[in-house]
Amino acid sequence: MAAASASESRVNLNMLLFYVFLILFVLVSVAPLLWVFKMSIITKSELFASPPTILPNSPTGASYGTIFGDSSFQRALINSTIIAGVTTVICLFFGSIAAYAIARLRFRFKSIVMTLILAISFFPHVAIIAPLFIQFRQIGIIDTYWAAIVPDIVFALPLTIWILVSFFRELPVDLEEAAKVDGATTIQAFRKVIVPLAAPGVFTTAILTFIFAWNEFLFANTFLFDDRTQPVTVVIPNFATVYTVDYGAQAAAAVVVTVPLVILVLLFQRRIVSGLTAGAVKG
Amino acid sequence: MTTAPTERKKRGALREEFGNPERRTAYYMILPALFIILVVAFYPIAYSFYLSFFQANVNNVGNFVGLQNYVSMFQNSEFLDGLRNTVIFTGVSVFFEFMIGLTIALAINRAFRGRGLVRAAILVPWAFPTVISAVMWRLMFQDQVGIIQYVASALNIISQPILSDQTLLLIGAIMVDTWKTTPFMALLLLAGLQTIPGDVYEAAKVDGASVMQRFFRITLPLLKPAILVAVLFRTLDAYRIYDLFWAMSNRELESLSTFVYKAVRISQLNFPIGNAASVFIFLTAFLLALFFIKGLGMQTSTEE
Repeated sequence: MAAASASESRVNLNMLLFYVFLILFVLVSVAPLLWVFKMSIITKSELFASPPTILPNSPTGASYGTIFGDSSFQRALINSTIIAGVTTVICLFFGSIAAYAIARLRFRFKSIVMTLILAISFFPHVAIIAPLFIQFRQIGIIDTYWAAIVPDIVFALPLTIWILVSFFRELPVDLEEAAKVDGATTIQAFRKVIVPLAAPGVFTTAILTFIFAWNEFLFANTFLFDDRTQPVTVVIPNFATVYTVDYGAQAAAAVVVTVPLVILVLLFQRRIVSGLTAGAVKG
Repeated sequence: MTTAPTERKKRGALREEFGNPERRTAYYMILPALFIILVVAFYPIAYSFYLSFFQANVNNVGNFVGLQNYVSMFQNSEFLDGLRNTVIFTGVSVFFEFMIGLTIALAINRAFRGRGLVRAAILVPWAFPTVISAVMWRLMFQDQVGIIQYVASALNIISQPILSDQTLLLIGAIMVDTWKTTPFMALLLLAGLQTIPGDVYEAAKVDGASVMQRFFRITLPLLKPAILVAVLFRTLDAYRIYDLFWAMSNRELESLSTFVYKAVRISQLNFPIGNAASVFIFLTAFLLALFFIKGLGMQTSTEE
């Protein structure tokens, strides 16, 4: 009896330690976001108070008013949405076609193709900005959306293909075989059978591609010097010089850009995790 | 002449490959994606390599100068600063990310209540744009309103403003990167752990293996493929660090990538050296990947 309860209390202690560890981990992960959120809703005098307050004394939306009243910030949000949106659509179109061929069809150079695609995800992005800058100038797309979209596509495409291949492989082959027996061509089997079935996987891939393009900074910062096309990732770091001592406005801008991503992650965490780890583990 | 038969055989195989309608369809389907990748990624690399032997600027190729750009590059103090910072940053941050990430993965590799919450918490820092997390942390490092500066000064750990000290900035950047990507590392390792069948451990337990023995003899060897993928991925990602340094330090902390960026966009006099540096980054990253794949036996097979 005594032995049993001793081991039982050890189990409980273990569980307690485990949950303390978990809570600590979750806190460390989200604390910076919460703290910056707090910075964004307090008054200027509270912001500069020493020692700093832990909880906001009198919350205010003034910093958000400043940010949303700033036309360059509004435009940057629109620009980010356009760049990430177009990148996602193009990547999904070419990526799903290529991924289907890789997942389903037999051909000789498959492993070379996959290695080439994988190599891109390891590629140092900065290695191509010098030649691309020259070429983009020659064809005259510097300072247009395309200057960010084109390189974004190249580096998002491997991610798109990789995740889609693992989703396509999980789909039952029998259905396509049946479609082909009924006289459908490869393309028809893809469009009528695979695409509807793979919709959830394609949707997850779309979210991941969108996050990737939304977060991209190097290409946008290199090829877009005109604030009419700059995305939020380029505009917000510059707020440090625009709103020199208005730290609340800087915090509010950072929160506005991350909140949509946090919501996406909270809603689709299970799918995102399976999408992200599929390629890495099986590959 | 001796190659003729194999040549003919090869051509025959190619004709068979492309003669088969299903296979031809497959090639048509991957061609657009492949074309984009080749034109926008591989061609610029080749062009960059070619340009690195010329006194080039953004308008014309200029005179052939041989290896002079590479020699000047290694004599450039900003490049050397960038190289040193990048190597320190990569080594230290990947080390911490791996150690902490593995600990977390081992701890949460079981069924427990609140799993979804933990998974969401893992993804939150990962989903941030890196520049935005740099902006957030800069606000916390800031010497007038920054909580970290306040606490560190109150505890007498530091006396100077974090944001105007190169060493503290580098340490700060390593902290931010560790915060941002450790959870992702944990996620990749956790996925690897979940592929190890439980009965292997049961058998080892029956045979009397201790916790340590089970970890070093079973977990680590079986986890090796996942570890190599995760560590290589993180290493190459850290090696190309740009946004974090750029946004956190007000453009003062140099990395290899910020050096190239400045040469392309800010001081175009340095364009030839910057271009040579981009070739240097590409080649060294390639060698690193090669080391993981050949030297450490990372598996790159993509077939099921």
